[in-house]
Amino acid sequence: MAMTGVLRPGHAQVRVLDLEESVHFYRDVLGLVETGRDATGRVYFKCWDERDHSSYVIRQADSAGLDFFGWRVLDKATLDRLDADLQAYGIKTERIPAGEMLETGERVRFTLPSGHVMELYAEKTKVGNGIPLVNPAPWSKARDHGIAPIRLDHALLYGPNVAEVQKIFTEVLGFYLVERVLTPDGNGNAAIWLSCGQKVHDVAFAEYPEPGKLHHCSFLMESWDQVLRAGDIMSMNTVPVDIGPTRHGVTRGCTIYAWDPSGNRFETFFGGHLPYPDYETMTWTFDNFGQGLDYPQRKLHETFLTVVS
Amino acid sequence: MPHMVRIEEAGVSYACAPRESLLEGMHRLGLRGIPVGCRGGGCGVCKIEVLAGEFHTRAMSREHVSDDDVAHQRLLACRVYPSSDLSLKVIGKLQKKVCTPVSVR
Ligand code: FES
Ligand SMILES: [Fe+2]
Repeated sequence: MAMTGVLRPGHAQVRVLDLEESVHFYRDVLGLVETGRDATGRVYFKCWDERDHSSYVIRQADSAGLDFFGWRVLDKATLDRLDADLQAYGIKTERIPAGEMLETGERVRFTLPSGHVMELYAEKTKVGNGIPLVNPAPWSKARDHGIAPIRLDHALLYGPNVAEVQKIFTEVLGFYLVERVLTPDGNGNAAIWLSCGQKVHDVAFAEYPEPGKLHHCSFLMESWDQVLRAGDIMSMNTVPVDIGPTRHGVTRGCTIYAWDPSGNRFETFFGGHLPYPDYETMTWTFDNFGQGLDYPQRKLHETFLTVVS
Repeated sequence: MPHMVRIEEAGVSYACAPRESLLEGMHRLGLRGIPVGCRGGGCGVCKIEVLAGEFHTRAMSREHVSDDDVAHQRLLACRVYPSSDLSLKVIGKLQKKVCTPVSVR
């Protein structure tokens, strides 16, 4: 597949209640690599195998939740084109100057009808993954520090107007709908899974009355064994676990949901099927949402529907 | 030394150590349906009102706890720790669950 346009989830900025407690959690328990701190006090992280400067940024605040989610696009021309396309579609955009985030170029920012702030950008310094580009080893010892996911994989966001959000992603940003869960009456979508490449999803949305809510940011593991190891590390560190280890019916991904020290849910995720843009969307009826969420247990865990930050 | 925490409307008490949040202690009671959410003060599902007693807190989301809430000791149970015996009232999403008699839960 020739990938153009939006390439991948680039960064998430998340609010935490106690910065140093959270730095300890993200660096030493989740096992992200701390890559910088800026003048406003934000702390920047990346997963060990990511090459760009940062993918997960935390900021101390008096509430938890997501400030914004950023998408890496192919190049500067793509950034300008998508900005124009968004405006032509009727969405107000704003330019955030290069350098406002460490090692990151100019960003185009806009707000979805679900209340979530999205960003597009074309430039972020490539700091590498610590492995040489010539004759690279398959991993470095950073892989063994904490849970150590390999990349920021996707996010699930809760808010209103999911049908309009779907149109923006599919008609303007070049995503396609991989899976969906119908509303109880079968006339709309309660939740949607969208991809911009061949990953099973790059972002998902679920209909929810309050705008701008974070359900989880998800981190990719290399194997089911690594998901189980993540569960061991969560227990060793008394991390509050929500669901799993189990397998989702939706996406077929293996998962654990758990919470960071401020109540922001995160996921350690592995697998999933590999869709192409011409594949038909797969549909789950609401009465089978339990299987969609937790395939072996067939359980629509209440926290999945009600606990967000 | 654990302190005794009394849930007024439910008429039950539980022991809760000073290093244990009121929510952890309540959860151990095993009342079915207590909404144990994020346990980090971020999601707001575990709201209570402290009616009497001493306690200490850790940071909790002000999205779910207003100044007025703080003044009336309406706080998130996962971030409140007892310093003496306490009595509390469950409010918000917790209330329906805790105050429903066990027989109909
Ligand atoms: S359980 Fe989330 S705020 Fe207490
Ligand atoms: Fe996920």
